[in-house]
Amino acid sequence: MLSIENLTKRFAASPEPPLFEKVSLALVPGESVAIMGDSGVGKSTLLNCIAGLEPVDGGRIALRGVELTGLDEDALAGLRRRELGFVFQACHILPHLNLAQNVALPLWLLGVAKGPADERARAMLEQVGLASRADDWPRHLSGGETQRVAIARALIHEPGVVLCDEPTGNLDPERAAGVLELLLGRIREAGAIGILVTHSRAAAGHADRILRLTHGGLIAAS
Amino acid sequence: MNSALWYVFLASLWRRRLATALSLLAIALGVALGLSVQLINAAALDELGRGMRLLAGEADLQIAGAQRGFSDAVYLRVAQRPEVAQASPVLEVRARLPDREDETLRVFGIDLFRAGQVTPLLLPEVETPVGADAEADPLTVLEPDAVFLSPAASRSLGLAAGETLGVLSGVRVEPLRVAGSVPAAGAEQALAVMDIAAAQQRFDRLGQITRIDLRLAPGVGRQLAAERLRAILPPGVAVMTPADAESEALGLSRAYRINLTMLAAIALLTGGFLVFSSQLLSVVRRRQELAFLRALGLDRATLWRGLVAEGAALGLVGGVFGVVLAYLLTALAFAVVGGDLGAGFFRGVSPSLRFEPLLTLVYLVLGVFAGVAGAWLPAREAVRMVPARALRSGDESEAYRAPPRWTLAFASPILAGVLALLPPIGGMPVFGYLAVLLVLIGAVLLLPGATPWVMARLQDSGSTLLRLARARLSAAPGQAVVAGVGVVASAALAVSMAIMVYSFRGSVDDWLTQLLPADLYLRASSSSASGYLDPAVVARVAELPGVARVRPVRFESIRLGPERFEMTLIARPVRSSTGLPLVAGTLRPPTGAGTPPPAWISEALADRLRLAVGESISLPLAGRLHSFRVVGVWRDYARQRGAVVIEIEDYRSLSGDRRTNDLGLFLASGTEPESVMAAIRDSVAGGVVQMRLPSELRAMILEIFDRTFLVTYLMEAVAVLIGLFGVSTTFAALATSRRKEFGILRHLGLRRRQIGALLAIEAALTTAVGVVLGLAGGGAIALILVEVINPQSFHWSMDMRLPVAVLVAFSLSLILLAALTARLAGHQAMSQDAVLAVREDW
Repeated sequence: MLSIENLTKRFAASPEPPLFEKVSLALVPGESVAIMGDSGVGKSTLLNCIAGLEPVDGGRIALRGVELTGLDEDALAGLRRRELGFVFQACHILPHLNLAQNVALPLWLLGVAKGPADERARAMLEQVGLASRADDWPRHLSGGETQRVAIARALIHEPGVVLCDEPTGNLDPERAAGVLELLLGRIREAGAIGILVTHSRAAAGHADRILRLTHGGLIAAS
Repeated sequence: MNSALWYVFLASLWRRRLATALSLLAIALGVALGLSVQLINAAALDELGRGMRLLAGEADLQIAGAQRGFSDAVYLRVAQRPEVAQASPVLEVRARLPDREDETLRVFGIDLFRAGQVTPLLLPEVETPVGADAEADPLTVLEPDAVFLSPAASRSLGLAAGETLGVLSGVRVEPLRVAGSVPAAGAEQALAVMDIAAAQQRFDRLGQITRIDLRLAPGVGRQLAAERLRAILPPGVAVMTPADAESEALGLSRAYRINLTMLAAIALLTGGFLVFSSQLLSVVRRRQELAFLRALGLDRATLWRGLVAEGAALGLVGGVFGVVLAYLLTALAFAVVGGDLGAGFFRGVSPSLRFEPLLTLVYLVLGVFAGVAGAWLPAREAVRMVPARALRSGDESEAYRAPPRWTLAFASPILAGVLALLPPIGGMPVFGYLAVLLVLIGAVLLLPGATPWVMARLQDSGSTLLRLARARLSAAPGQAVVAGVGVVASAALAVSMAIMVYSFRGSVDDWLTQLLPADLYLRASSSSASGYLDPAVVARVAELPGVARVRPVRFESIRLGPERFEMTLIARPVRSSTGLPLVAGTLRPPTGAGTPPPAWISEALADRLRLAVGESISLPLAGRLHSFRVVGVWRDYARQRGAVVIEIEDYRSLSGDRRTNDLGLFLASGTEPESVMAAIRDSVAGGVVQMRLPSELRAMILEIFDRTFLVTYLMEAVAVLIGLFGVSTTFAALATSRRKEFGILRHLGLRRRQIGALLAIEAALTTAVGVVLGLAGGGAIALILVEVINPQSFHWSMDMRLPVAVLVAFSLSLILLAALTARLAGHQAMSQDAVLAVREDW
């Protein structure tokens, strides 16, 4: 269960109105939501706030009953390790690790030994259709394949929430649809919560709900 | 940290192989230089120490005089003391070998019946000459012409039992018969042993000994015995333990060794700066990657540990390569030059290469330390970044926005100035070295502020490329820091050494001009060896046609001060001759009845005895102390232990010694030195004396000077090379990370050549700022070297001079090389790939 109540975010020391305020959202396991909005409204910032990467100026975020807003830097890092998965538009695949190693990375961070982590990473790559490429290097991948690696990496440690920031922004509509189906399908199967930030109406359509972020809060998209 | 997670960090070193290789090379060179200097010195010291221990044998105490020795009546007094169980007198002579230029052999005259109890390893063994009919008589050892050679001496002289060894005594060649060997002398100790009475007779040293080796009576402590014996010894004779004697001999080279070690440390420091550049660039390039790891939950401490571990790995691997290289270099040095690195402290010592586990470990740790120190700040920078911001593309410029650090930059040299005023610790200029480090840090810290300051003041020439380069360096001074830090460090080192060596060489040149006023010089051997000119020879030379006058010089070693350390006494005409290179006092002091005779002391002696002009000094001459008044302090680059000059007439009247070591000949006008040389060769000493023109002497001494600084030049070159590595790796990495920017410029119409020119201009500007700071820092360091480190280490002063032409040529070459290096390193960035890179953003 992810619960966001009256979240407010300002730019530091800015006299301007807040970037957004009164953002509230409640999501249950297995549910996915797409958040749309104009450029600069703070969609990525909202994801960063949920991930504990940016401080909030008001309101609260609770994940499985744990209040995020009161946690220190190290506790937030620990929470991200255990509970969060990320998929970005720029996939941030590490160029000096092969695909299996890239996917195993969250497990390494959790202290899982290299052998078992590698085994689980290969199984995960199989689920995203890249089993035969496990030992390949990232530079040999196409855009769609890279995104599938990122999806595998986001889900391997069975996080409670997967945060996706424009995950198909670099792909053509056909490939984008395939990737989103895979991503949201796996999130649902894993019983995780998916939050998808996108500009694309078509992409948003793959989620269970579509919301629009405004400076005044989240509203249901028309 | 999870072992798999280490891989995430360490694998990144492999990804940037060129930068990693150059960082490794820089650390390896720093470690190799430092360790090989230490290995060479350690082996040479060990060999020297082993030689001294061999000569001391089982002695509990040694009574030692200066080179000329002391009366053997002292032996009789000492041997009868109740504290003494066994006493063995020794006369040590450095015998000049007439057919070998300046080569000497240490001849030990020993009492064969006494030495067996105290120094058994010096006992000779009679050998039958090859082809002889009868076996040699054991009593041969007592024969007046019998000499015994150690295996090393026998080897180097190519002499076997039955053959003749000629040695010089005065200007007379004394034939000695090789009667056997000294089998227990170490394989590397070249020495000869003969009966003490025979040695005294052969070398005109009747009634003299230089040392007494003592074994104490059971139950008598060394301290107590030393105190009691000291009371009965004549002035200028010291009592010491063999360990004291060893440390006195080894201590002479300490300052030189420490200076070399410090130089090598600066090369390693430059290597650390290169790791800093390489790691900072890597952290900037991996900014998004590291931010993503943070987003995945990597905590700050682990991130910091991982990045520092990269530096440590570089240091460790570089250190291992460095250690291997050091042993190879040392083996090469031993094969080519022996144990002497040029300064002459260990000339003739033939050490052998040995594995030194502790030294090796220390340098390995220093390598790791350089790597960790280089990675420290970049890791801190990475930990401080805000992941949410760094995840966005284009955030790299944040990392290059290095704020000026004016306060720290100016505080460092001020603190350095204060430290430079402090006295040495244990004779070592510890604060001087710290001041050098602070100046270096100050120069580096000036970079981020100085770069935009200089860029803002550059005239706009209308060149687009120059405008682009200026804009880039103004907006991202961090780039200049990364690229310039190695340049500043290495340029500062090179400039400081260039100024110091130039000043030193110039001062030595001036010093020689003052010390070598005669037209021709004559001597029988070096001052410490067995050759000398007696009054008859001097008189004969003075009467030769064309010789206007002669200036005799007598060198003698004496022991002085409460610790009775050994130093040189020089007796020569002062007031009636051309002068001494004085730094204080006068050459012509007022004379009067009851005034003590004058003495001019060297800077080293003034420092060691804390003596100043006007004070008095007591010199032991002929077993008695005589009071002299210090009337001047002079500059002496030849005798680090210290020297005192007195009038030769005073010396002769007080000591009775009328021998001469060096004779300066002033020729009548129009006389060719060659004709006088021929006359001397024909009429005096049968060609045994050495003759030199002042120009030859000057050339010889300056050649020795240059040889001494050869290792210094080598280290300088390595440091500059490492600095250039820094420029090259930085611009290669920058070019790669700016592929998109260059792609856009190519799209906007810039040609590939122009991108290359842009990189070259940026490198030239960056290096120019670095070189200017390096010149300023180097100048300040040179000042510390000249005014603090040299006087405190070696007790000599020099006049500061600037090698302007050399510095200009060096600066321009460095800037040009940096531009060229950057142009070559950026080749990849100018490829077609750069154009394609823009599409990654589309």
